[in-house]
Amino acid sequence: MISAGIDMGTQRVKVAILKDKQIIAQSQQFSGFEPTKAAEQALEEALKKANLSREDIQHVTATGAGVNMAPSADSTVSMMGADARAGAYFFSSARTVIDVGAEDARAVKCDERGVMVDFVVNARCAAGAGTFIEAMARALEVELEDMGSLSLKAERASPINASCVIFAESDVVSLIHREEPKTEIARAIFDAMAERVASMVLRLGINQDIVLVGGVAKDSGFVASLKRRLGTEILIPEEPIFAGAVGAALIAAKRAARRQ
Amino acid sequence: MKKMENKEGKQEYWRWLEYRSVMPGKNWQNAEIITAGVDVGSVGSKAVIMADGEMYSWSVMRTGSNSSDSAKKVLGWAMEDTGMTLKDLNYIVGTGYGRVNVPMANRAITEIACHAKGANYIWGPTVRTVLDVGGQDVKAIRCDETGKVVSFLMNDKCAAGTGRGMEVIADLLKIPIEDVGKVSLSVTEEPKPVSSTCVVFAKTEAVGLLRKGWSKEQVLAAYMRAMAIRMSELIEKVGCERDFVITGGQSKNIGIVSRVENILGIKRLPVPNLEQTGRDPVSAGAMGAALYAKALYEKSLKR
Repeated sequence: MISAGIDMGTQRVKVAILKDKQIIAQSQQFSGFEPTKAAEQALEEALKKANLSREDIQHVTATGAGVNMAPSADSTVSMMGADARAGAYFFSSARTVIDVGAEDARAVKCDERGVMVDFVVNARCAAGAGTFIEAMARALEVELEDMGSLSLKAERASPINASCVIFAESDVVSLIHREEPKTEIARAIFDAMAERVASMVLRLGINQDIVLVGGVAKDSGFVASLKRRLGTEILIPEEPIFAGAVGAALIAAKRAARRQ
Repeated sequence: MKKMENKEGKQEYWRWLEYRSVMPGKNWQNAEIITAGVDVGSVGSKAVIMADGEMYSWSVMRTGSNSSDSAKKVLGWAMEDTGMTLKDLNYIVGTGYGRVNVPMANRAITEIACHAKGANYIWGPTVRTVLDVGGQDVKAIRCDETGKVVSFLMNDKCAAGTGRGMEVIADLLKIPIEDVGKVSLSVTEEPKPVSSTCVVFAKTEAVGLLRKGWSKEQVLAAYMRAMAIRMSELIEKVGCERDFVITGGQSKNIGIVSRVENILGIKRLPVPNLEQTGRDPVSAGAMGAALYAKALYEKSLKR
C-alpha cells in the first residue's frame, strides 16, 4: 500500500510518501507565488526518490493553510487532524501535539489512536509563529540559523514589548542602539514566542507526552524557551517539518484501505 | 509627484514626503516666549515651534533608527533658515514613542496628553473625541473643552490597522502612499474586509486575494475597510462624542477617514486651511507639546 500526503504550508510545501506506513520519501519546496506548481514539483521529486510513478500511489491526501490549491489530491484533512495522527505515529505516548509553522501555530490534544480530541489555533497573530523569529533575525542582523545558539548563551532576557512583531522590531532597534547584548535580545524573542505558544497548550491542559512539530521545532532556542515555560520534556521527531505531510499520508493510507 | 527611490534606484512606494513650513510674515524676534514640541513617533518625527503660543514653523520627517538623532534633526529642520538657534528656545517638551530620548527637551509628556491639547488648538474647544492614527499605534482619546484628557484607549498589544500596515500594502501593490486613499475609493462596490489586519500577515493575505483575481483597488479597499473597523471599535469602546476629529499620519488618508466616518455615522471636523493657519493634524502631538512647553515655562517664571 503506497500513499502520499501533501502539506500546503504558507511558506513551504511538503510531501511525504509512505509504503505500508513506513516513510520512503520526503520532499519540500518553497510555496512562492504558485503553490500548486511548487507542490507538483515536490511530489515529483519525492516520487523520483522513491523510484515510483504517480500511478503507484493509491491515495493522496492534502492538508495545510493552502489546501484548496493542492494538486491531484484524492481527499483533504484538517491540519489538526494531520498533526494528531503524525504525533501519535512518531511517539505512541503523544497526547498533545504542538505545531509551530511559519505563519500559524496550533496545539492539538489527541488520544492514543492519534485522533484529535480538542485544539487551539493561532493564525491571526504573527508573534506566535516562525515569522517572528525571521523578522527579529533581520532586525538583529544575524542569520536565522544563528538565533537559537545566540539565545542559548544568554542568562537573562532583554525587556521588550513582544506582544507584537512590529512593536518588538522597534524595541530591538532601540536596544541595539543601547548596545544591549544580542544574546539577551534573542532570548527575549524566544521567551515571548514560547509564552504565546504555551498559552495555547495551557488552554488544553498539560497532557503528556508533549510532541513538537513544524519547521520551528528545529530551532533550539525556541525549544529551550518552551521547555522552560511548560516545565515539561518535549519530544521532537527527527524531521518535524514533514509532520503534517506524514499525518496526511497516514490518513490517505487508511482511506485507501477502507475503499478496497 | 516626486518619485521616491532608494539607493538601488528601486521606487519605494511606501515612502511618504517629508515637509516643513514657516508661517509667512511672522517674526520670532518680536515674540516674548518661544517654545518647541518634538514628537518622536515610531515612524515619523514632528517638530513645532511656537511664538507666544502661535504657530511659527513646523517640520515632519521620517524617524531614523536612533530616536535622539531624529529629534535633533527634525527640530533643526524646523529652525532652518530662520536665524533661530536652540538657545532661543525658552522651553522644549518631548513627546511620542521616543519621548525619553529627546536630548534637548526640558520635559517629556505623553503623546496622549499632547494630542488632545493639539486637537484643542487646531479645532477649538468643541472637540471631545480624537482619533490619532500613527505609524504603529491607534489611539482613541476623549477630552474636555480645555483639551485635557478624560479617558483614552490604545492598541498597546498589536500594531494591526496602523500606518505601518498601509506602507506594506502600498509597497506590495506599487501605489504611492499619498495616492492609496483615493485609489481605494475608486471601487464600484466595497469588498469584504480582509480577515487579519496584522501588519506581518498583510502581505500574505493581499497576495492571496490578488492571486484569486482581485484588482489592486479591491485589495486596498478590503484592507482599509478592516483597518477602519478596528479604529471604529476602539472609538466606540471609549465612546464617541461630538465634535470628532482625526490626527496623525492617517488623517491625510481619505480612504481611511471616509470609511471610519461611514462606520461611525459621524463626520470629522474638516482640516483647517494649512497655509493660513499652519495647523497640520499630522503635527497635533508636537503642537500640544509646544503649548505645554509654553505653560510650563510661564509657570517656571512665576516661581
